[in-house]
Amino acid sequence: MAMDRTTLVAEVEKAFGARITEKDLAGFEPFLRCEPATWPELARFLKERCGLDMLCCLTGVDRGKGQGLEAIYNVEACDAKRCGISIRIRVPLDNPVIPSVEKVWQTADWHERECWDLVGIRFEGHHNLVRILCAEDWEGHPLRKDYKSPDRYHGIKNNVV
Amino acid sequence: MSSDSATTAVNAGDLRTEEMLLNMGPQHPATHGVLRVMVRTDGEVVLDCEPHVGYLHRCFEKHCESVTTLQSVLYTDRLDYLTAMGNNWGFCMAVEKLWGPELVIPERAEYIRVICQELNRIASHLLAIGTYGMDVGAITPFLYCFREREKILTIFEHICGQRLNYNYIRPGGVAYDIDDAMLGMIRDFCAYFGPKVDEYDDLLSTNDIFVHRTAHVGVLPVKTAIDYGCTGPVLRGSGVARDLRKDQPYGIYERFQFNVPVGTGERGTLGDCFDRYMVRVREMRESLRIVEQAVKGIPGGEIRSTKIKGKIRPPKGEAYTRIENSRGELGFYVVSEGKEVLYRVKCRAPSFHNISVLPAISRGAMVADLIAIIGSMDIVLGEVDR
Repeated sequence: MAMDRTTLVAEVEKAFGARITEKDLAGFEPFLRCEPATWPELARFLKERCGLDMLCCLTGVDRGKGQGLEAIYNVEACDAKRCGISIRIRVPLDNPVIPSVEKVWQTADWHERECWDLVGIRFEGHHNLVRILCAEDWEGHPLRKDYKSPDRYHGIKNNVV
Repeated sequence: MSSDSATTAVNAGDLRTEEMLLNMGPQHPATHGVLRVMVRTDGEVVLDCEPHVGYLHRCFEKHCESVTTLQSVLYTDRLDYLTAMGNNWGFCMAVEKLWGPELVIPERAEYIRVICQELNRIASHLLAIGTYGMDVGAITPFLYCFREREKILTIFEHICGQRLNYNYIRPGGVAYDIDDAMLGMIRDFCAYFGPKVDEYDDLLSTNDIFVHRTAHVGVLPVKTAIDYGCTGPVLRGSGVARDLRKDQPYGIYERFQFNVPVGTGERGTLGDCFDRYMVRVREMRESLRIVEQAVKGIPGGEIRSTKIKGKIRPPKGEAYTRIENSRGELGFYVVSEGKEVLYRVKCRAPSFHNISVLPAISRGAMVADLIAIIGSMDIVLGEVDR
């Protein structure tokens, strides 16, 4: 099932058509974009039909300026000679929900917890979506652009100016 | 004593065997840092366990959004502090990618990067092997391994003035040039270290107690490893020859001859702790080969690209790059707005993934084996928690 990026993208487009809302293969990071609702099906397609069995990286980005949050998934094959693809999903700041794909790639479990913790994207259907890096009682999501560092945490003063 | 009460005392009918929750860490010598593992045990058997991470969290990614790109290199040192050269390189590579093909790293800098990274890999594996021996009860190899690691750290001290947090590889090249005396030191080290690897190999790999503690223990099936995103020696220990230096050569790795050692299940089952350990021992030999070739072929010339001068303002764009660090695939996703400070930096840390597989492979193991399994993962918490 080895395929180059053009074949891979063609396969995905054939199966998903207009549900792939944006395609950019010219930049440093070639990506496809889809709506949150399409994602679980697309994820299963990438893994089972295209053989991309590794979820390498999940980056959450606050795009700022009213553009909402974005999740960027770098999906790859274990055979690193083959090419992978990155998928971007945009969600609004007031309802940042993406379906979880922990059932497709096990590693998404921790990735999604981290992304929830730091960026505040909620992954629906995750079995245990709790903070992983910050303390359990931490407030807010530090990598949001509107995040304000707390003055105090458990009575300890924040000395950062 | 009546006969009745005597019967009660020996009758164990009303005793219950109970499961117990055991807290291991965050301060525990065998967790290699501040890792906490909650273990549900039935006697000596691990029924389930859950790693709790985050005790070292200082939000590296947030730091990078408030300091300049050049200052961020400094923070990458503190991720996997045992392979800081690799972290520097990984981050710089992601930043350099934003300039596109017009940014060419000078040949000499590329060679220096390879030499430093491979020496650092040897130092890191030495520590992994030494402490792993100690985890399962062998003190001697630890002392020997640290002696050799010391020699590498001394070389680094000469090269960049630092022994752990180098801040040496910078966007566009490296910070300082290395002179012939340093190259001589590296050559001497290569000549000295080759036979030593065999010595340690003999000392630990054939030790009957060590083999019994590690073979057939913590077997990681290939499918599970891939599913959890494991990389580096952990994945290769399960028999998958995935090595980015070979598969997607970055820098100048395609010029060097080296093999990718994989686990074979030679002492036990494929993917057990012994395989992961053995992969590291063999990788040291391969790294040494690369260093020897690089020292032989290093050209003269510039050590920094003239394209990057003064304040570093990476062009607008996004880039994701990975390198093969000692513990696996280290990735950086950077988003730049064309300013001095990056808009977003994401670090994909190999240890973070490698430790997440722990519950899957330690169910049914003995509590003492759990120590052997954690040790064989060779995690660095600075990188897990970022």
